[in-house]
Amino acid sequence: MALPRAHGLYDPANEHDACGLGFVAELRRGPSHDVVSKGLEILRRLSHRGAAGVDPSTGDGAGILLQIPHAFYERVLSHRDVELPLAGDYGVMQCFLSRDVGRMDAQMGIVEGVVRYHNQKVLGWRDVPVDEGVLGPIARKSRPVMKQLFIARMAPAATFERVLFMIRKRAGRLVSKTLGSIDDGSLAGAERDFYVASCSSKTVVYKGLMLPERIDGFYLDLRQDDVKSALALVHSRFSTNTFPTWDRAHPYRHIAHNGEINTLRGNQNWMGAREPLLASRVFGEHIADFKPIIRPEGSDSASLDNVVDFLVAGGRSLPHVMMMLVPEAWATQDDMPAEKRAFYEYHASLVEPWDGPAALVFTDGTLIGATLDRNGLRPAKYVVTEKGLVVLASELGVLDIAAEDVVSKGRLQPGKMFLVDTAKGRIVSDDEVKREIATRQPYALWIAENKIELAQLPTVESLFMLPAEDRERLQRAFGYSREDLRTLLAAMAANGEEPTGSMGNDAALAVLSDRPISLFRYFKQQFAQVTNPPIDPIREELVMSLVSCVGGEGNLLEETPRQCRLLELPHPILSNAGLAKFLACDIKDFRAATIPITFAVKTDDPAAALAEGIEAACARASRAIDDGASILVLSDRAVDAWHAPIPSLLATAAVHHRLIREGKRVRCGLIVESAEPREVADLALLVGYGAGAVNPYLAFESIHAMVKEGLVAEVDPSTADKNYVKALKKGLLKIMSKMGISTISSYHGAQIFEAVGLAKSVIDPYFTGTASRLGGIGLTEIAREAIARHAEGFRREPHELDVGGVYAWRVEGERHLWTPRSVASLQKAVRLHDAKSYEDYASAINDQSAGLCTLRGMWDFRSDRPPVPIDEIEPAKEIVKRFATGAMSFGSISREAHENLAIAMNRIGGKSNTGEGGEDEGRFVRDANGDLRRSAIKQVASARFGVTAHYLVNADELQIKMAQGAKPGEGGQLPGHKVSEEIAHVRHSTPGVTLISPPPHHDIYSIEDLAQLIFDLKNVTGGRARVSVKLVSESGVGTVAAGVAKAHADAILIAGHDGGTGASPLSSIQHAGTPWELGLAEAQQVLVLNGLRSRVVLQVDGQLKTGRDVAVAALLGAEEFGFATAPLVASGCIMMRKCHLNTCPVGIATQDPVLRARFQGEPEHVVNYFFFVAEELRAIMARLGFRTLAEMVGQVGCLTSPRREAQAPPASPGEKGWGAEKASSLDFTAVLMAPASVEPNELRCTRKQPDLLAKAIDKSVIARVAATLQRRGPSEARVVITNADRAFGALLAGEVATQFGAAGLAEDSIRLEATGTAGQSFGAFAVRGMSIALEGDANDYVGKGLSGGVLAIRPPAASRFVADANVIVGNTVLYGATSGRAFFAGRAGERFAVRNSGASTVVEGVGDHGCEYMTGGVVVILGTTGRNFAAGMSGGIAYVFDEDGAFSKRCNPGMVELSPCDDEDGAAVLALVEEHVARTQSAKGRTLIASWREARGRFVKVLPHEYKRVLASRRPPVEATKAAG
Amino acid sequence: MGDPKGFLKVARANAKERPVAERVAHWAEFHEPPAPEELRAQASRCMDCGIPFCHQGCPLGNLIPEWNDLVFQGRLDDARARLEETNNFPEMTGRVCPAPCEASCVLNIRETPVTIKEIERSIADHVFASPLVPRPPSRRTNKRVAVVGSGPAGLASAQQLARAGHEVHVLERDDRIGGLLRYGIPDFKMEKGIIDARVEQMRAEGVTFHTSVDVGRSPSGDELRRRYDAVVLALGARAPRDLPIEGRAHAGVYFAMEFLEQQNRRVAGDLVPDDGAIVATGKHVVVLGGGDTGSDCVGTSIRQHAASVIQLELMPKPSLVRAPANPWPEWPLVLRTSSSHEEGAAGLLQRDWAVMTKRIRANAARRVVALEAVRVQMSGGKIEEVAGSSFEIPCDLVLVAMGFVGPVREGLVAQLGLLLDARGNVVSRADGATSVPGVFAAGDVSRGQSLVVWAIADGRRVARGVQAWLASAHASTHAVAAR
Repeated sequence: MALPRAHGLYDPANEHDACGLGFVAELRRGPSHDVVSKGLEILRRLSHRGAAGVDPSTGDGAGILLQIPHAFYERVLSHRDVELPLAGDYGVMQCFLSRDVGRMDAQMGIVEGVVRYHNQKVLGWRDVPVDEGVLGPIARKSRPVMKQLFIARMAPAATFERVLFMIRKRAGRLVSKTLGSIDDGSLAGAERDFYVASCSSKTVVYKGLMLPERIDGFYLDLRQDDVKSALALVHSRFSTNTFPTWDRAHPYRHIAHNGEINTLRGNQNWMGAREPLLASRVFGEHIADFKPIIRPEGSDSASLDNVVDFLVAGGRSLPHVMMMLVPEAWATQDDMPAEKRAFYEYHASLVEPWDGPAALVFTDGTLIGATLDRNGLRPAKYVVTEKGLVVLASELGVLDIAAEDVVSKGRLQPGKMFLVDTAKGRIVSDDEVKREIATRQPYALWIAENKIELAQLPTVESLFMLPAEDRERLQRAFGYSREDLRTLLAAMAANGEEPTGSMGNDAALAVLSDRPISLFRYFKQQFAQVTNPPIDPIREELVMSLVSCVGGEGNLLEETPRQCRLLELPHPILSNAGLAKFLACDIKDFRAATIPITFAVKTDDPAAALAEGIEAACARASRAIDDGASILVLSDRAVDAWHAPIPSLLATAAVHHRLIREGKRVRCGLIVESAEPREVADLALLVGYGAGAVNPYLAFESIHAMVKEGLVAEVDPSTADKNYVKALKKGLLKIMSKMGISTISSYHGAQIFEAVGLAKSVIDPYFTGTASRLGGIGLTEIAREAIARHAEGFRREPHELDVGGVYAWRVEGERHLWTPRSVASLQKAVRLHDAKSYEDYASAINDQSAGLCTLRGMWDFRSDRPPVPIDEIEPAKEIVKRFATGAMSFGSISREAHENLAIAMNRIGGKSNTGEGGEDEGRFVRDANGDLRRSAIKQVASARFGVTAHYLVNADELQIKMAQGAKPGEGGQLPGHKVSEEIAHVRHSTPGVTLISPPPHHDIYSIEDLAQLIFDLKNVTGGRARVSVKLVSESGVGTVAAGVAKAHADAILIAGHDGGTGASPLSSIQHAGTPWELGLAEAQQVLVLNGLRSRVVLQVDGQLKTGRDVAVAALLGAEEFGFATAPLVASGCIMMRKCHLNTCPVGIATQDPVLRARFQGEPEHVVNYFFFVAEELRAIMARLGFRTLAEMVGQVGCLTSPRREAQAPPASPGEKGWGAEKASSLDFTAVLMAPASVEPNELRCTRKQPDLLAKAIDKSVIARVAATLQRRGPSEARVVITNADRAFGALLAGEVATQFGAAGLAEDSIRLEATGTAGQSFGAFAVRGMSIALEGDANDYVGKGLSGGVLAIRPPAASRFVADANVIVGNTVLYGATSGRAFFAGRAGERFAVRNSGASTVVEGVGDHGCEYMTGGVVVILGTTGRNFAAGMSGGIAYVFDEDGAFSKRCNPGMVELSPCDDEDGAAVLALVEEHVARTQSAKGRTLIASWREARGRFVKVLPHEYKRVLASRRPPVEATKAAG
Repeated sequence: MGDPKGFLKVARANAKERPVAERVAHWAEFHEPPAPEELRAQASRCMDCGIPFCHQGCPLGNLIPEWNDLVFQGRLDDARARLEETNNFPEMTGRVCPAPCEASCVLNIRETPVTIKEIERSIADHVFASPLVPRPPSRRTNKRVAVVGSGPAGLASAQQLARAGHEVHVLERDDRIGGLLRYGIPDFKMEKGIIDARVEQMRAEGVTFHTSVDVGRSPSGDELRRRYDAVVLALGARAPRDLPIEGRAHAGVYFAMEFLEQQNRRVAGDLVPDDGAIVATGKHVVVLGGGDTGSDCVGTSIRQHAASVIQLELMPKPSLVRAPANPWPEWPLVLRTSSSHEEGAAGLLQRDWAVMTKRIRANAARRVVALEAVRVQMSGGKIEEVAGSSFEIPCDLVLVAMGFVGPVREGLVAQLGLLLDARGNVVSRADGATSVPGVFAAGDVSRGQSLVVWAIADGRRVARGVQAWLASAHASTHAVAAR
C-alpha cells in the first residue's frame, strides 16, 4: 500500500492519476443486482481509459461503490451466527489490514476499542472472500487483508453516519500512532498497512489494485445475486506510476474523480491554516481526531475526498459541499441568478476553489450525482432510459441500451451538476438543486452588509512621491538594472503588455550568477503538461478571475454573516494610491498593521542579522494579530543606510508559514508593500507564497519618473500606471493559466514554483513544501546579496544603474553562453571547416572555470573503464544519426533557413523538425540533386496547423508538443500580417488571417487523452512513424514521463527551460521550467524505477551546443539529442533576438524577401557543425572507455561534481567568483544518483511498445475495401462498433493518404456504414474519398483532423428521443479539421469545430466554446449554442439558427461580427442543410427546409472581422464581376 | 531601440569632410558635423542586437546600442552620460579611433555598419559645446597616487583615481600634458584644445599636473614609491623601431615622431629653431611604413607642400575585400585609405607595397639623395626578395614610421627593476600590478604599441586595480612601511 519514498529526483508528491468513471442508478425499481452488474460492465467498457505498467495484469486500480447490500450481509452473517440489525441500523467498515498477523490483530483490537469509545456496538468481523488468482504478481505481493467490521447503531439514527465518520478517523489516527507504519528501510518507503475503504451505514466500497474487468473476479461478493443496490459508482484508474498502491484506487468514501487538482498544495496549506479555527458543536472535542483534515501523502483526489468527507460530516449536504469546493465560474456571469452568485461569493470567503480539471461523481448512498469544474475539461455523458435507469460515464456506449429505450441523452456541462435522488426516484436538475441550496441562507444580504470593495473606500491623497535622489537610491538598493527600466517597465507602461523576446535563455542560472541577484530569480514557475491542461486566459476569460479578498476568515464549519467580512480587490495589485486608501481606512474589523521587513546591515554575521530581521517581522506579525489587526502590511519603506530590506519574497513566505504554524494565518490578510517586485514573475511569486495583494511602489515611482522624462512613448502618467497594472494582470492570468488555474484565490498560497539553488535550511522554515532539489545557498548568501544591493544604494557614490545584460549580452552584464566569441568562432569553424576554430568555440562553452553558466558546467567526467583507442569508437557518421534539430516552424523562420536544416539533417541521417505549422507537399519528394527537404519529425502541436493524414504519413517521427522550453504552458499567435500566401498554404489557412495556437491540445486534458492521441496517430501511420511526446523539464516531469511511457509513446523528449527559439514573453523565457539536466535525470530515474525505461527512447534538447553537452546528456540517460540555436548559428544566426520583429538581418527569422535574400547558410555548414560535435564526443568516449553511444546511455556514474575549493580571497556578491562560491553549496547527489543494480538494457530503449493496432477494427475494414485501394473502383463495408473501437477510419485514412497522396480518392470511393456507439476519435483524419456514416452516437474527438472525408452521424431509426435535443457526438469535434464535410443529427458537446480550418459541417446544437480558434471552413448550427461561441475565431464562417433569439449573448464578440444572412449565404446554408438531411434524415433539417423562407431569416452569420477584410480584398469588386457577367 | 527597421530604410552616410583643396591649406580639423536629423537617421540604423558585437569589438565596452538609441531619441545629454560611463575621453576616440566597433557591427556582415564613430564624436562634441562639468569626489581618501606619463592611459587612470577620492599627481616629462596625444597626433586629426579642456576638468576634479618632470632622474623611482601609496606607470611605448641599414645615419633620415612633434609644436605656437627643423616643404619625401603614423607623416608632408610623397610598405598590398579566412566579426585585413591618402592627388602621393628598403644613399654633404629598394614577396610566411627587382627612389627626406618596439627601458624602468617580457614590455597582471609592489603599469608600457582606445581601457582597468590595492590591508602596510 505504499509508494516508494522520495529517492533521487523521484518524489511521490508528484504522482498524478486520471481515469474513466461512471455510475448507474435506478430511479424506480429499487435495489437490484442488475445495477451492480451494469456497474461492473461499465468498468469493463472503460478499461481502455485505465492503464497498466510493466506488469500488465496489475493495472492501476479500480473499484465500485454500492449501497449496503443488506440482504446479502444478513444471509452470509447468519451462517456465522451474527444477527444483523435492520438495514440502516448498522455500519460496515471495509478495512485493508496488515498481512502480518500480529499487526493485524493489534489493528483489529484498536478498531474495536474505538467503536466502543464512541459507544457503538461491535457485531463482528467478516473476512471478505477474494480470489488472489486474478491479481497480477505485483498486486498480489502487496495485497492487504480485507475484512469488514459490522457496527451496530447505538447513536440516534440522524447522527449515526457522523459517528461512523468519527470512528473511522479515530481508528486511523490511533492505529498509526500506536503501531506506526512498517519501514524496512528499503526504497519502498514506510508502508501504511491499515486503510479504511469505507465506513458507513449506507454505502460500501470494493476497490483495489487490479484491472477493472477483474474486480468481480477478485471480490467474490460482487457476483452474488443478492448483492443488490440501487446505485453503483465505478472508477478505473490511469496513474503515472506503476507502484502497487491499493488505497489509491477509487472510489473514495464519497467521491471518485477524473482529473487533477492543480492547486493542491495551496488547498492543503489553507486547510491546515484553518484547522485551529475549526470548532463544531457536533464534533465537540473529537475534532482533534480529525486533524490533519487532509491526510499527508494522499493523492489530490484523496485530499479532496478528505475535505468533502469532513464537511459532509460537519453537517452540509453533499451537493452543497461540492458547490463550495468546485464552484462554477460566477464572477463574470451576468446572467446567473442573483442568489446563486451570492452563494458562490459568500463561500469564496470561506474556502478557495479546488481548481483543476475535474469530473467528480459523488454519492451519499441516496443521492448520486456528478459535477464538472468550471472549465468542463473532463467528459461526462449520461443516458436515461424508459425504465428509469440512469447511466453516467466518461464515455457514451458503456452499456448496451436499445435505442428505443433511451428517453434522453446528454452531457454534463462546465460547472453543472447532474443529480439523481434514488429515494425520490427522480433526476434533480442543476437549477433546482442549486436554487435550493443557494436559498438556504440570505447570502446576498450577508454580503451586502459585510463585504467592502476597495472602490468604496474614501480616496485619500497619495502619500508618497519620492524625490529623484531617493528614487534613484532605492533603485540601486533594490538591484534595479537599466534593463528593468528600459526593457521591462517602460514597455509595460507604454503597451500594457509584457515585452517579448526570442531565442531562449542562455544566461547563467541565478545560483551561478556573480551578480547579487534578486531572490525571486531563484524560483522557477511550474506549469501544466499532460496530466492537466493549461487554460487560455484570453479566449476563455470567462472562467478566469483575479478578484482577491483580504481580511480574516472564520470557522469553516459555521455559516455566519461575519465570515464574509472581507475587503474585496478587483486584482491583487495595489497602486500607491490604493494602498494609501487602505492604510487610511478606518472601518471596524479592518485594522491594518504595518510590519517593517528590514534587517540590520551587519557584515560580520549577515545570516544572523537577516534571521533576526525575519524573526522580528514574524513576531510582530503574530503580535499584531493578537492585538486585533486583520490586515498586515509587510513594508520595506523603512530601509535606510543601516537597514537593508529583507527580500520581500522571503519576508512574505516566512510570515505566511509562521502564521500557518501558529494557527493565525486565516485571521488576517497579508499585503506586501515593497520596492523590490517589478515584473510579473515577482508578483506571481509573492501571491503564490501568501500575499493577498502587492504594492510595488518603486515600480510605480520609476514609471512616473520615466514618463516625466519622456522615456515612455506617448502616455501620460495615469495611463502608464494603468498600462503597467494591465500588463501585470495579464501576466498573472497567464502564469495561473499555464498551471491550469482559473482563479487567483486558488493560486494564492499555492506555491506553484520550484527553487533552483536554495538550501533546505531556507526552504523548510520559510518556503515549506517547495521543491529544491539541489540544495544551495542559505541565509548567509541571501543576506550578503541583499547587503550588496543595499550598499549600491546607500554606501556608494550615486552612480548609473547596473546594465543588466540578461536580455541582451553586455560585457559587464550577466554571463551568457552565446557570446561574440562563441558565435564568431562557431561560424568560422563551420564555414571554413576549421577544427581549431571549433575547438575555440567548444572551449568557450564547455570550460566554465572562469564563470559558471550551467549545472553541467560544474561536472567532470570520470571513468574506471580503460580508455579506448579513438579508431575503435563508433564512427561520427553513426553518431550524427542521433542528432535532431529543434522544432522551428516555417513561419517562425524563413523557407531558406528551414529547408537548409532539413537538407542537412537528411544528408547525415539525423532528423529535422517541422515545428508547428505543416509542411509543403513539394518537400516530400527528393530534389534532382538527391537532397530531401522533408522534415523527418513532424510536429503535432495544439493548433494542428496543416496536420493532415498526408502530412502524418510522411513522417518518420510524430512529435506531440505538450510544452516548449521558451514558454511552457502557453499558446501563441502568428499575427495576420505575417501569414503570407505560402505560410497559409502549408498551414491550411487563409493568408492575412491571424493564427492562434491554444495553450492546451484540446484533445489532451489528461494522460488518458494523450494515450488516445498517440493511438490515433499510430493508426494513421499504421505504426510506421514513431510517436514522441515533448515535455519540458520541471520537478515532477519524471512522473509525467512514466505516464507517457504507459500511454505507449515510443519516445519522450525532455526539453530544457532555456531552449526555445520562438518569440515569447520575456518572463516566460526566463522564469518557467528548469534546466534539462534536472528533468532528464528525473525522467531517467523514474522510468528506470518503474521498469519503463526500456520501452521508450529518451531524447533531450535545450541549449545543447557541444560534444561535451551530448556526453553529459547521454550519461544522464538520453539517447537522442536536439539542437536548435547552434545549428541556426551555424546557418548564420547572430543572436539578434529580434525574431519576433521580422527584421532578422541574416535572413533566418523573417519572411521579408529583402532580408531572406541575405541568408548565407548552407547545408554543409550544419553538417560540419554536427560532425564537429560528434568528433568532440568521440574524444570524450575514448577517454571514458565507451565504444558506442548506446553503452554510454545512463552511465551516470561517469559524472562527478568535484568539490570546489573556496577561492582565496573569497569573492563578494558582484565580483567575479561569487557565482562559483554560491555554486559550491549545490548538492548533486540526487541528480547523479545511479540506479541500484539495473541491467544496462534497462537503462536505454531496447524493446518496442506493444502493438496497439493488432485489434483495430479498421484492419478488417481495409480488407473489405481492398478493391479500392488496388484502384479497382469504389467499395463499401458495414460494421457494428462499440465505444472500445477507437479512431475508427484512421488506419484506413493513412493507407489511402500513403497510396494516393494529398488529393485522396474521388468522393464516396469508400463508403463505410457503422452502427452502434463509436469510441473516441471516430473518423479521425478521414481523407477525401472516404464517407463514413454512423447510426448511433459517438464519443469525443469525432472527425479530429478531418482531411477531406465525409462523416454523417444519425440517431438509430428506432430511437424515440428528439434528436436535436440530445447529444449525438461528444466534445472537441472536428478539432483541427482541414477539409471535408461532417453532418450530425443531434447536439455536440463543448468546443465543436475547434481550430477547424476547412471542413464544412452541420450540427443541431453545440456546447460552450463552439468554433473556438477556427480559421476556416463553414459551420452551420441548427440549434442553440453554449457560451463563449467564436472565441479566438479568426477565420471561416458560422451560421447559427438563432432559435431562442439569445445567441448574441452567448457569442464572444472579441473577433467576430454578427449579421443576417444575405442571398448568397442563404444558398450556401441551404445546400449544406439539404445534404445534411440527405445524409442523416434529420427531422430538424427537414422542418427548416419546409419553411426555408422564414427559417433563413433566423440564421445569424458569424464572420470574423479579419476574415471579412481578407475576403473583401481577395474578391473582385462587384462592378467588375457584373461587367464580366 | 528606436526603429527596428531603420537599417532597412536608411543607408549609411559616412562622415562629411571639407574638400581636400581647402583642408590642406590649414592645420585645423576638417570634419563637418552632421545635421541633427542626419545624426538621428544614422543612429536609427542600430538594431540593438541581442549580442551587440560592436560592444565586444570596443575595448572600452562602450554601450553602443544604448547610446545609439538615446541619440535616436534626441537625448544627447543622456547619451553623453552613457558614453562617459565607459569612456573618459570620447572626444578623442571619436576622432582617432580606427573603430573596431564598426568592423564588428552586425550590419557589417553584408551591408555597411552603423556610423558608430561618427555618432560617438557627435555625442562628445555636443558635450564640448559647453564647458566640461567636473565630477569631483564627495569623499576623499588619504591615499596619494602618482601617475607617470600623461598619454591617454595615464590620463584615464588619473581621472578614475581622482574621482574615487585619491590625491592624484600626474608627472609628465614633456612640457605639455598629453603624451602621444599632444605631440604624436597632428592637429588636423585632433586639435589640442581637446586635451586642454580635459586637463582643466581633471584639475577641478583634484588632479595635480606636473610637467617637465623626468621621473627616474628626479625624483628617482624609489623616491616616487616612498612619496606615494601607489604609482601608475603610463610611459607608453616610445622606443621606435629603427631601420638598421646602410645610410640610416645620413642627414634627412628621421623618425616619424621627430617630424610630427615639431609640426605639432609649431601649430601650438612654439618656436622651432631652424637648425634641426625637419620640414617637407618642396622636398621629395619617402615615408617608410604604411601604418597610421606613416599616414600622419603623409598628411603633414602634404600640408607642408612637399614636392612629392612616396609611402612604402613592406607587406603586400591588402585586397579590397575580406579574405574568407578573415571573416566578420574579425578585424578586416583590407586596404585602408586614410584622409591623408585622399589628400594626395595623383602625382603628389604614391603608395607602394611589398617593398624592402636596402640602402640609403647620400650626397657628398651626407644628405640623403636616394633610397635603394627591392621588391619582395611572401613565401611560406617568409619574406623573399624578388630577384632582379631592385630599384631606386630619388628623395631628400626619409621618415621612418615603422612602429614602436616598447617602452624606453633606460631610466625609470631599469631603476625600478621591473620585470620585462620577451618583447621588452613591462610585465603586469590583470589588475595592472607589476613585479614591484605598489607599482602598476597601464597602456602601451606593458601592452606594447596600440590604440588610444586600448590605452584608455587600460587606464580604467588599472585604476580599478590600484583602487582595490589601496583598499586592501596590504596597501596600508606597505604605505606605512614605506614612509
